[in-house]
Formats: sequence, structure tokens, C-alpha cells
Amino acid sequence: MSPVQQTVLAANEASEHRPLIITLFALFVLATLGITVWAGRQTKDAADFYAGGRQFSAFQNGLAVSGDYMSAASFLGIAGAIAIFGYDGFLYSIGFLVAWLVALLLVAEPLRNSGRYTMGDVLAYRMRQRPVRTAAGTSTIVVSIFYLLAQMAGAGVLVSLLLGITSDAGKILIVALVGVLMIVYVSIGGMKGTTWVQMVKAVLLIGGTLLITFLVLLKFDFNISDLLGTAAENSGKGAAFLEPGLQYGATGTSKLDFISLGIALVLGTAGLPHILIRFYTVPDAKAARKSVNWAIGIIGGFYLMTIALGFGAAALISQEEIIASNPSGNTAAPLLALHLGGVDSTWGAILLATISAVAFATILAVVAGLTLASSSSFAHDIYANVIRKGKASGAEEVRAARWATVFIGIVSIGLGALARDLNVAGLVALAFAVAASANLPTILYSLFWKRFTTQGALWSIYGGLIVAVGLVLFSPVVSGDPKAMFPEADFAWFPLKNPGIISIPFGFLMGWLGTVLSKEEPDTKKYAELEVRSLTGTGAH
Amino acid sequence: MATDAPPPSKEQHKLPSPEEFTEVQQSAEFGELRRSHRSFAFPLTVAFIAWYLLYVLLSNYAGGFMGTKLFGNINVAFVLGVAQFVTTFLIAWWYSRHAAAKLDPKAEAIKSRMEGGA
Repeated sequence: MSPVQQTVLAANEASEHRPLIITLFALFVLATLGITVWAGRQTKDAADFYAGGRQFSAFQNGLAVSGDYMSAASFLGIAGAIAIFGYDGFLYSIGFLVAWLVALLLVAEPLRNSGRYTMGDVLAYRMRQRPVRTAAGTSTIVVSIFYLLAQMAGAGVLVSLLLGITSDAGKILIVALVGVLMIVYVSIGGMKGTTWVQMVKAVLLIGGTLLITFLVLLKFDFNISDLLGTAAENSGKGAAFLEPGLQYGATGTSKLDFISLGIALVLGTAGLPHILIRFYTVPDAKAARKSVNWAIGIIGGFYLMTIALGFGAAALISQEEIIASNPSGNTAAPLLALHLGGVDSTWGAILLATISAVAFATILAVVAGLTLASSSSFAHDIYANVIRKGKASGAEEVRAARWATVFIGIVSIGLGALARDLNVAGLVALAFAVAASANLPTILYSLFWKRFTTQGALWSIYGGLIVAVGLVLFSPVVSGDPKAMFPEADFAWFPLKNPGIISIPFGFLMGWLGTVLSKEEPDTKKYAELEVRSLTGTGAH
Repeated sequence: MATDAPPPSKEQHKLPSPEEFTEVQQSAEFGELRRSHRSFAFPLTVAFIAWYLLYVLLSNYAGGFMGTKLFGNINVAFVLGVAQFVTTFLIAWWYSRHAAAKLDPKAEAIKSRMEGGA
């Protein structure tokens, strides 16, 4: 049977139960829209819109942070990467988790203490406002759009599997639907609505993953060694499937790519704007710390379960079927659900529908979080502080944020069509690389380096941003590879798929260089204010 | 002293003047808070990143060692991967304990004094 026939077959299996899938999905959409309208009624001022009123508990925010973080990349992408490449896919899980320690030890609490609504609040605190706000806003929007691209790619592949829609027009229609929903969530519900949507989604995702993990382990009598052995055998790659190197071990270049990816993963999280603004939703820094701890627990548990998802898929489904359904393995988790319940059985269809609805909820919620981060940054950093020079009222800011939401929604619908066949986890890793190159150096220098200046901040943001995005543009992700966005073109002179190993040190270097070469003196009074405030919470909003 | 005190509100702290901030920043008490944070968080950050990079490098360049089977199909790579999870949980717990014991009391003392004994 040809791969195309198999894809069609998988789609047909699902399409018999299309009403069920659509019902489950519609239920989620209705419930979250209800929450959004309710939250919208409670959103009265800018602090409500941007920071959800700052009254969420540490546990609620921990759950919401987990919801924002466990994206389609984690659920579909990692499961798929493990199902195809075995052990190498597991690096994502480890990097995505360890990265939280950077946020916990260095960033979450000082950020909560010294900022108000956006990442730019902290970066511009002791700098000249307009240039640094412009830079912070630009980088927030670029990182979020990279991340959005990955989520939209995930939505596209899911839909083609589930609804049997293989035509481009159909996929674009679905991506447009996701875009419209996210515009509604964010512009009406603001941070309050988005936070509740994240919490609902986190519970659904953890529940769905627990169920699948339990069913996988049940099949192997809870013997993990058996599971791994069967996965290795069924993958046709034997013991190599359980060892590092299948995806990245081939050449010196690919090994370098692995290191680059590893660095980007561990340093990216603490520079992701949509994660950082979550810390403004709790009352104080202590609650921010506790919410990171909750998130580490929840996210860690989830990533441990990706072992069962990924190796389970490899053990129970043939490689041909996984790859035929999606070349990067993005549909391995839903396929696993189908096989666990039994292909051609009602139970299998119900499981497939449930897991797919969960995956869709995941995508919708993360897309909403990303859109909120970019539209708040546009409204608060660029519109209010750069264009209106700090003279905009809260109501005007919120209105600008709502318009920005519509605009970003439209842009991401447009981009969503471009990135269908790339592994979703790989795409997100690019967002991590950009965040780690442009945002993390600037955040750390701002908080901890007395001498840091406006010029240093601008050089590290723009330097990291331009080099990271530039290297991606000329990498095999965009051209010169059958799986690239533009497979026919070839302008890929940079050999690595992830730019982190070059762009992250470059961002740090530029921040240092810009500072030591600056002619202006650092604003020591403002730094005293920032330092005292960031460590003690004095004067925090 | 102003007598027309505004009604108490959670968003209405007294914001200290720039001079007060500079004075506190240079005080011994704040220096100690800064040291307690940095001397704990900085070395620990370097340590966990090094431990994580070691894992990445071993995966890349020590395939034979990582593939060594320990029991059943569980090999060194798998155990080290799970160990990264365990150390992450432990470090998060350790830092939070340190923060609660050593950082929070100092930070709160400075904050309440600066905001006027709120």
C-alpha cells in the first residue's frame, strides 16, 4: 500500500466518526467561549486585561503556565519525534523541563517585582524608554509569531488526519477558524479569560495523557523495559532506537545541530514573552515562585509521560503508518490513541476523537496565549510608550491591544499555511532559539549588571534577533531540504537547523560590547531602584 | 506631613524616592540579601547547565557508553535522561527552601520599612 493510500485510510477511519470528533471539539469551544464572555464582563481596567487583575493563586497560575507551555510541540511534536527517532526525540522533553530552572532561579521573581504588564517593562526600566520599548516589542512579536507558526502547523496536520480534509483550501479554512477563535478569546477575555482557558486546557491535556500512558503501560504489564524493547524491535532499528544518535548522530554537522538545539531549549524558556507575562497574574513574587514550582511539577510529569506516548507509538504502530500519516510524526499521538482502542472499533474511534480534541484544545489555548503576549506588548510597549510617549490612558491601551489582536490573528492565519510538513517541535525550538538570543541576555544583564546601558540593551536585542532569524532564513528549515518550507528553492548556506549555538553567544556578546562601547553613563539611580525593587518587591504593582 | 491621606488601596503603596532607593541599595542589609541570592542562584545555575550540557555531549560523543544496557532494555542514556528530571525537581525544591528561609524574611523587612511600615 502506498503512503498516500494509508493516509487516506487513516483519514477514513477517523471520518466515520466525524460527528463525534466535531461534537467534542464544539463542546470545548463553547465552554471556553462561555468562560471568555464571563471574563470579559469582569475586565474593567488595563490591569485586568493585561494581568488578569493579579489575583490568581499560585496553583491556578502554575496550571495556566503549564497550559501555555505544553503546546502542540510538546504533545504532538515530541511524541512524533520519539516515535520516529527514538531516544533523540526525548532531548526535547529534557531541555524543555530543565529550562524552567533558569526561570525559577533568575527571572520569575525579579520580573514580577519590577514589571507591570510586559517583558518590555523590565528591559526598559532603567533605560531610555522609546528605543528599548521598541526593541522589546519587536522581539516579543517576532518570537511569538515563530511560536504561532508551529501551533498553526500542528492545527493543519491534525485536521487533515481527523476530518479527512486533504485539500489546501480546507486546511486554510481550519487555520482561519483557529485564528478567528483566538481573536475572540483574547480581545474579549483578555488575560483573565486566557488564563482560565489555559487552566481548562492543562487539565484536559494532563487527563488525556494520563489515560494514554495508562493504556500503553497496561499493554506491557507496566514493564517499561518491555515497552522499550518492543518499540526498538517494531521500529526496525533495534537497540539503536534506544540510543542517542538516530536523528543527530550521522555527521559532525548534525551533532553540532544537536548541541545547538540543546542550548536553545535550556536557555529559551526564560525569554519567552508569553510565559513571562504569566507571572504578572499573581499577587507577588512569592506566588510567582510557587507557580513556577507547580509548573515544574506538572510539566515534568507530563514530559515523563511523553516516554510512554512516543515509545508506545513506536511499539504499537508501524513506522510506515506513522510516516505516511505525517512525515515528521506529528500525528503519532492521535494514531496511538486509535490503535490502543482498536482500529475499526468504536472504542478506538472514541479515543482518537478525545485525544484529537485535547490536541486541538492545546493548540487553541497556546495560540491565544501567544496572541495576548504580542498584542499586549504592541499596545503597552509600542503604542502607549513609544507612539503616545506614555500619555495614553488605560482604556486607550486596551483598545489598541484589541486591534493588535485582530491584526496578529490575520498574520498568523496567513503564515499558518506555509509550515505544514515541518516537525512542530522543531519549529518551536526555533522560537526558543530566538528568545534565548534576543531576550534572555537582555533580561539577565538588565537585572544583574550595574553597568548595562541602553546601547547594550539595543545591541543584544537586535543583535540576537537579527542573527537568530537570519540564520534560520538561510538554514535547511526554510529551503534546500525536501521538508523545508520552500523545498524547491535552495539558499541554505547555513548548515544547522537550529541557530542557537551561534546566535545565543552572539546576543550575550553584543550586550556586553554595546555596553562597554557606550558613550553614555549607566543610570545608577534607576538601577538602584530596579535592583532594590526586583529583590524586595518594594513598590511592586 | 500630608494630612489628606488617600483611602488605603492595594495599588497605593508609598513609592520611596530615588535617594532612598540608592541608600538602601548601598546598605549592608541589602548587600547581604543580594549576596544570599547571588551566591546561591548563580553557582547553581552554572552547575545545572553544565550537568545538562554534559548529558547533551555524552549523547553526542559517547554513544557506546550511553548505549550500555543496565537492566533489561534500560540503558545508561535512559537512566541519565530520567536523572535530569530528578535533579530538576530537587533543585527547584532546594532553591525554594533557600528562598523561604534566607531571602523572604530579609526582603520583607526591607520592603515594609521602605513602604512606611505597611
